[in-house]
Amino acid sequence: MSYAPSAAVLERIDRAVAAYPERSAALLPVLRLIQEESGWVPPAAEVWAADKLGLNPVRVREVLSFYTMFRRRPAGRTVVQVCRNLSCTLAGAEEVIAALRRELGLGDGADTTADGAVTLVAVECLGNCDHAPCLQIDGVDRGPVTRDSAAAIVRELRGR
Amino acid sequence: MSQDTVRLIPSDEGSWRLDAYLRRGGYEAARKAVTSMAPAGIIAEVRKAGLRGRGGAGFPAGLKWSFVPQGVSGPKYLCVNADEGEPGTFKDRAILVRDPHRLLEGMVIAAFAVGIHTAIVYVRGEYERIAGRLREAMAEAEGAGFLGPDIFGSGFGLEVVIHFGAGAYICGEETALLESVEGRRGTPRLKPPFPAVAGLFRAPTVINNVETLANVPSIIGRGADWFTAQGLPKDCGTRLFSVSGAVRRPGLYELPTGIPLRTLIEDHAGGPPEGVSVKAVIPGGLSAPVLRADELEAHLDFESMALVCSMAGSAGVIVIGDRTPMLEVLGVMSRFYAHESCGQCTPCRIGTSWIHRTVTRIAAGQGRRGDLDLILSLADGIKGRTLCPMGDAAALPIQALVTKFRDELEQAVER
Ligand SMILES: Cc1cc2nc3c(=O)[nH]c(=O)nc-3n(C[C@H](O)[C@H](O)[C@H](O)COP(=O)(O)O)c2cc1C
Ligand code: FES
Repeated sequence: MSYAPSAAVLERIDRAVAAYPERSAALLPVLRLIQEESGWVPPAAEVWAADKLGLNPVRVREVLSFYTMFRRRPAGRTVVQVCRNLSCTLAGAEEVIAALRRELGLGDGADTTADGAVTLVAVECLGNCDHAPCLQIDGVDRGPVTRDSAAAIVRELRGR
Repeated sequence: MSQDTVRLIPSDEGSWRLDAYLRRGGYEAARKAVTSMAPAGIIAEVRKAGLRGRGGAGFPAGLKWSFVPQGVSGPKYLCVNADEGEPGTFKDRAILVRDPHRLLEGMVIAAFAVGIHTAIVYVRGEYERIAGRLREAMAEAEGAGFLGPDIFGSGFGLEVVIHFGAGAYICGEETALLESVEGRRGTPRLKPPFPAVAGLFRAPTVINNVETLANVPSIIGRGADWFTAQGLPKDCGTRLFSVSGAVRRPGLYELPTGIPLRTLIEDHAGGPPEGVSVKAVIPGGLSAPVLRADELEAHLDFESMALVCSMAGSAGVIVIGDRTPMLEVLGVMSRFYAHESCGQCTPCRIGTSWIHRTVTRIAAGQGRRGDLDLILSLADGIKGRTLCPMGDAAALPIQALVTKFRDELEQAVER
């Protein structure tokens, strides 16, 4: 399997590379742009990025596996991040997470719905603690939510 | 608050746009600095203002700038820390959303003072949407000649690059941040050399928090004397307190440094909700050792917080109500540090996950006598034995929690 970004993404990647005095510094933005387009970073894209930046592929894997926002598996069409740090926990985050998992029918260990619609990730503080408990849906902040309102939000996402 | 204090979070409509910022007197301080002040004079003014870093460690900003060697050739960098990873903190978000031009103006002044022509704003990945405002502000400022190759027609130039993180708390630590900008895992560097001497791409580098830099325009515009009239003598100005948890009005409060914790919680944030009383407060982000309800008279500034063995940190104030089991708080804390340890130093890597496993076992009803002492000794084994301050940032709040709420936790262990 080979990988190639779209022309539009390639142009953004080239601009990112030009912004740094050393090519290898563009690794995070390059991986971010690949993921933005593909939804994850497939192994072939790792090799492509390594080649693009003149790095050994293991350097790419090392970075990819360190940062939690990078995905090495395909994600659902919508990614829901739910905060479980302290302020959100104090406001009932664990009940919200349980309600979301129930609504999405996620079994033990699963994070993506069978139909590929939604990926649910429990994350640490989203820096939105005055809106606890809160979610971030494809990068857009939502909160405060309740068990019911959170479940309603993902129900609608699945219907899309 | 009266008109005549620092106001980092404006409330006028469209406050983030350039025209609104100019109506509030925006970019006058940068114009004054770049066109009429000597770099050394700017640094002296910021030092005189007693501005301490708002990212957590409280290092005096002007002093930090003065460490950068002058008269050497080659690039120098300004890194703006917008990683805002400390749980309970949401102040830099507000500056990026409501007043991005104030940050840019502070950056121009700092860069001019230190002789820097490239700035990198390190924004946590979760704030990508929010950073859209910063990007727009950059374009507006460049269009107006307040940023770019020739600022105010002075010949001084500053280029700004936004670099996104990707979900790693440790990248807020300044040397891990540098590694991350260079395209590597966020593992902190051994100091010395300090970043002021050898930082980003081995060049002299200043790293400052968003709020620190956002304070600079008013210090230069109105003078250090005006700034020092607020807050405390050696820790001046205001701070943006992020208040969350068991209060009626969670939110952001800009208040002079040194106000009593009780005043912030009760008068500003409305106190705990009906039927709830305060059991504990974490005063400076999750890494700040917890205070009990009988310690709320303590004042919120770097020195006063150190006196009660806690820290002012990032000014993220998390209020814990009487109905919350402290084991739950300990569980969140231990999970967070175990997850976020970068793994480089063995005491932190092994210690945090061992603590977390122990806490998880207690929570599952399988506590053993001696578990709390085990946690305390594991934390002791981390403290002071790591390359970066994250070890202490994990060990100290865990020790404080276990020590101060020992009776309650003992009951949970023996359940
Ligand atoms: C584990 C750890 C996480 C940190 N996270 C942040 C952060 O998210 N934002 C920040 O500004 N400083 C953070 N810091 C502090 C920085 O290392 C550094 O002191 C600060 O950015 C310097 O800027 P200042 O002097 O303007 O505060 C962190 C430190 C540690 C040890
Ligand atoms: S704890 Fe959930 S946003 Fe901060």
